[in-house]
Amino acid sequence: MTKNPIAATAVSLLALGLAFGVTPAMAAKMDVTIGMQLEPPNLDPTGGAAAAIDEVVYANVFEGLTRFGSDGAILPALAESWEISDDGLVYTFKLHTGVKFHDGSDFNADDVKFSLDRARAEGSTNAQKALFADIASVDVVDPATVKVTLSKPNGSFLFNMAWGDAVIVAPETAADNAAKPVGTGPFTLTEWVKGDRVELGRYDGYWGTPVKLDKVTFKFISDPTAAFAAMMAGDLDAYPAFPAPENLVQFEADPRFKVITGSSEGETILAMNNKKPPLDNVKVREAIAHAIDRQAIIDGAMFGYGTPIGTHFAPHNPAYVDLTAQSAYDPEKSKALLAEAGVSDLTLSLKLPPPSYARRGGEIIAAQLREVGINTDITNVEWAQWLDDVFKAKNFDLTIVSHTEPMDIGIYARDDYYFQYGDPDFKAIMADLANATDPAKRTELMQAAQKKIADDYVNAYLFQLARAGVISAKLKGIWLNSPTQANDMTGVYWEE
Amino acid sequence: MSTPPADRSFLRMALGHPAFVLGFLLSALFIALALVSFLWTPFDPTKMDIAGKLKGPSLEHWFGTDHFGRDMFSMIMVGARVSIAVAFVAVGIGMIVGVPLGLYAAARRGSLIDEIIMRGNDLVFAFPSLLLAIMITAVFGPGAVNAIIAIGIFNVPVFARLARGAALSLWTRDFVLAARVAGKSRARISAEHILPNIANLLIVQGTIQFSLAILAEAALAYVGLGAQPPLPSWGRMLADAQTLISLAPHMALFPGFAIIVTVLGLNLMGDGLRDLFDPKLRRGR
Repeated sequence: MTKNPIAATAVSLLALGLAFGVTPAMAAKMDVTIGMQLEPPNLDPTGGAAAAIDEVVYANVFEGLTRFGSDGAILPALAESWEISDDGLVYTFKLHTGVKFHDGSDFNADDVKFSLDRARAEGSTNAQKALFADIASVDVVDPATVKVTLSKPNGSFLFNMAWGDAVIVAPETAADNAAKPVGTGPFTLTEWVKGDRVELGRYDGYWGTPVKLDKVTFKFISDPTAAFAAMMAGDLDAYPAFPAPENLVQFEADPRFKVITGSSEGETILAMNNKKPPLDNVKVREAIAHAIDRQAIIDGAMFGYGTPIGTHFAPHNPAYVDLTAQSAYDPEKSKALLAEAGVSDLTLSLKLPPPSYARRGGEIIAAQLREVGINTDITNVEWAQWLDDVFKAKNFDLTIVSHTEPMDIGIYARDDYYFQYGDPDFKAIMADLANATDPAKRTELMQAAQKKIADDYVNAYLFQLARAGVISAKLKGIWLNSPTQANDMTGVYWEE
Repeated sequence: MSTPPADRSFLRMALGHPAFVLGFLLSALFIALALVSFLWTPFDPTKMDIAGKLKGPSLEHWFGTDHFGRDMFSMIMVGARVSIAVAFVAVGIGMIVGVPLGLYAAARRGSLIDEIIMRGNDLVFAFPSLLLAIMITAVFGPGAVNAIIAIGIFNVPVFARLARGAALSLWTRDFVLAARVAGKSRARISAEHILPNIANLLIVQGTIQFSLAILAEAALAYVGLGAQPPLPSWGRMLADAQTLISLAPHMALFPGFAIIVTVLGLNLMGDGLRDLFDPKLRRGR
């Protein structure tokens, strides 16, 4: 044999081929490669606002007391169950036992106390500190029970605890989570090649239902053309938030793929600078709202993927009110309103961040505004520039952006927020909402808030961003909707 | 021996030069399209019709429609106007600034000012031209005017070098010496004797630079730093087509062809002009 190395190689290759060929069970795929548009700056969900962090680690690496289900329902996670006192102030969480962090240490009530105290502490770097604002104290009753006392009733406390920013971390490893995340989830970080991919491997010591995958790779491909090619070539198994809606038509026609469309939390709006004349005049803002044909934008910019909205609220939320008719497309009314406001020869700046909903949507809106006599000065900006110039410096008239945080109507109560609304009546509604625990009362207040901003035409509400993604036809268990920024891989498996 | 007037002989020779004729016709076609677009386009190039988007070429829409349902042929026509205007003004800036600089440097050959001008040119030349243009538009903001300035700036050293090199060889010629003896100033000699004698070279180089400027404008627009919407631009049409190329290839083909044909036409014309102006080749015919 040694005299003929080529034959030897051929024989062993043949044997290898047979080994794979004759035992289909071995060939069953145990890994998944997910395409993502943006790379997370770090992997610590308690220390950064970037959606990409949660998109990698939420439910996969880190878990909180509660969690979001794919339909947006609040499910138990590390907390097995909970009791709420009659005054709505004390939440007693019964924790799962036998839970281990990836470094092998045990999870118990002390970790919960540590995590919540750390998030709400003075000088905390948590990006969503408001989630923890109502917590008065966190007390450890016993290793499997923790008592959270609120300073005032908060109907959305369990919802708040499901956010990626509220995950439970261990005191020993919390400081290093940015590069070496240690959580309680079913996957653990195995490799992070900066600029290319993050690889997660199965954590065998997981306490809950075992996951069906060995390995999950998140690959960062921002260019839509490259993403399309990678999907077509089979390099990616799924791209849950596909950046180019125009390609979805082609994926739909291909039996290898399935296009999943669900709703997202992304309210796409034409934001207006409410303090800058003439946009401080509600009539001018109303005129702009009536000048916009939402369906044309959805068809033209998003190739039909999207749901028109008339206020800053997700249509799949039970408390949503459809107010699209109030700001229906009506160019004549728009012109009349502009005349009434005494505005003519109006030229507004329109700053567009990179996503295609903004760049393409912006061109369509510019054309629609031109029809009613408003000229726009379009500037395409990169995200960093958008954050500096529009979000921080408020140096803009109009901009298009999708607000992807769940239930974020509260931003309208902020005085210094970039569109500069901060109406006192609206703030009062939000204050009432924060104190209300009765579901009927909460719904009523949420609807009042939606109507208030629609009546004031704070921004022009365009459409709810569809979560349109492509997955391999054989991949099952991927979230259809995105109740939060996440790619929950815990239930994903390959169909034989 | 009777010789026909110089211009008639030039015209006859030009017509006998097939590359020049082809180049001239192609360039003229796009210049004509650009001029006609001021008066008439089949459709309003900014008028969107979302329901009629991504239509292939038809009798109604000769080049089809884009992703917003705009008429591609009308956009190409207006895009020609933008491309040609940007290239024309940019090359104009290069000539108006570069040629006097080069002539001045030649007149003061070897002086400190000559060194400063030419090393300054080297500095601009050392930057990759497109990178320089991106830098300028990034600082001053995107737009057609800034694209013109950016492209104009990297045209300056091209003309300055050409003018200086050509002028230097003329300064040693007898007719220039005669003019100096007659007491003419260096500036007057440069303007009256040197410039007319290097005009041929400048025209040839100008034609080549014109085609390069059209390419540069398209490249800037492609990366979003050229003419801003709603003004159509060939480069941005290509960028828009990028993700749609498998769905609507006509969106990339037509602006792509427009750029290729215009640049090819200008290059052929430039080559032809060089042949026609070159006295050695002229004698050979």
